[in-house]
Amino acid sequence: MADLTATGPAALRRSPLAHLTDALRAATVTGPRAVALAEWPCAAMVSLRVDPASPAAGRIAQALGATLPARCGRTASAGSRTTLWLGPDEWLVVAPPGAPAPTAELAAALGEEPGSVVDVSANRTVLELRGPAARQVLEKGCALDLHPRVFGRGQAVSTLVGPVPVVLWRTGVDSYRLLPRSSFADHLARWLMDAMSEYALPEVD
Amino acid sequence: MLLVTCPWCGPRDETEFHYGGQAHVPHPADPAALDDRQWAEYVFYRENPKGPFAERWMHATGCRRWFNALRDTASYRILATYRPHEPRPSPQPVETPTAPPSPGDRRAAGSSGGNR
Ligand SMILES: [Zn+2]
Ligand SMILES: [Zn+2]
Repeated sequence: MADLTATGPAALRRSPLAHLTDALRAATVTGPRAVALAEWPCAAMVSLRVDPASPAAGRIAQALGATLPARCGRTASAGSRTTLWLGPDEWLVVAPPGAPAPTAELAAALGEEPGSVVDVSANRTVLELRGPAARQVLEKGCALDLHPRVFGRGQAVSTLVGPVPVVLWRTGVDSYRLLPRSSFADHLARWLMDAMSEYALPEVD
Repeated sequence: MLLVTCPWCGPRDETEFHYGGQAHVPHPADPAALDDRQWAEYVFYRENPKGPFAERWMHATGCRRWFNALRDTASYRILATYRPHEPRPSPQPVETPTAPPSPGDRRAAGSSGGNR
């Protein structure tokens, strides 16, 4: 036990989809309609709530190096961190796996003003879906218009994919991140693997 | 599928929302002064009109904000959605088309989950 505590809680952490690593890899579809799914485990996430018109919001923007996105769908990136709009006074700051959650600096920027800064890294995990068929896979379970003219690179929205509430974030032409709550991640991953399987076969005319 | 226009997120499937009952029901200014009947009326009694009805909705799988909608209970058409601190819009029914729309008018008459 002494050894475990010596390595710290981060070393003990187990991602919500660790048990599916091999299954996700095996579900990879190659060929003209390729699509692949993987977990982006243990990203750092901070929930931020503040009045966007307050001086604190200005200080927080400075700390993040980017203005807080003001509208549904918008994100703002600076360095390796991206801030996603979740609501009119609510954002999710995402930093890559291994990076420290910027909780302390954001809390300092908030100061005594009303609002909150909470490390929610364990609340959700991140699934990465990429490949030419990725959008078609998502369209089986998402009612939003995912065409790039409406949902372009760098946009993120809270919505449903299949039966699971997620933040859906388009990170590239053919790549998406899905952020389900940890307890829904297994179901979403299996739903996506099932949705991907048909693209291994030739398209039916 | 009914589209509901969230004041922050725009049109989304009805399945993303929760219904919250009649809007604009003020909390009693002095709850301790109410007798049982008055308290029961505050807690349980709601209007049940046929026609435009202001009600609360919540965008549960989106921005998680409460807002108000003016919905025609007879047609289920949502006439307007608005933020909690905005006043109730006057019910200008998009309803009652007097004549069938001319072909060029199809968008104007046919579209609309009903909006501001
Ligand atoms: Zn419910
Ligand atoms: Zn919304």
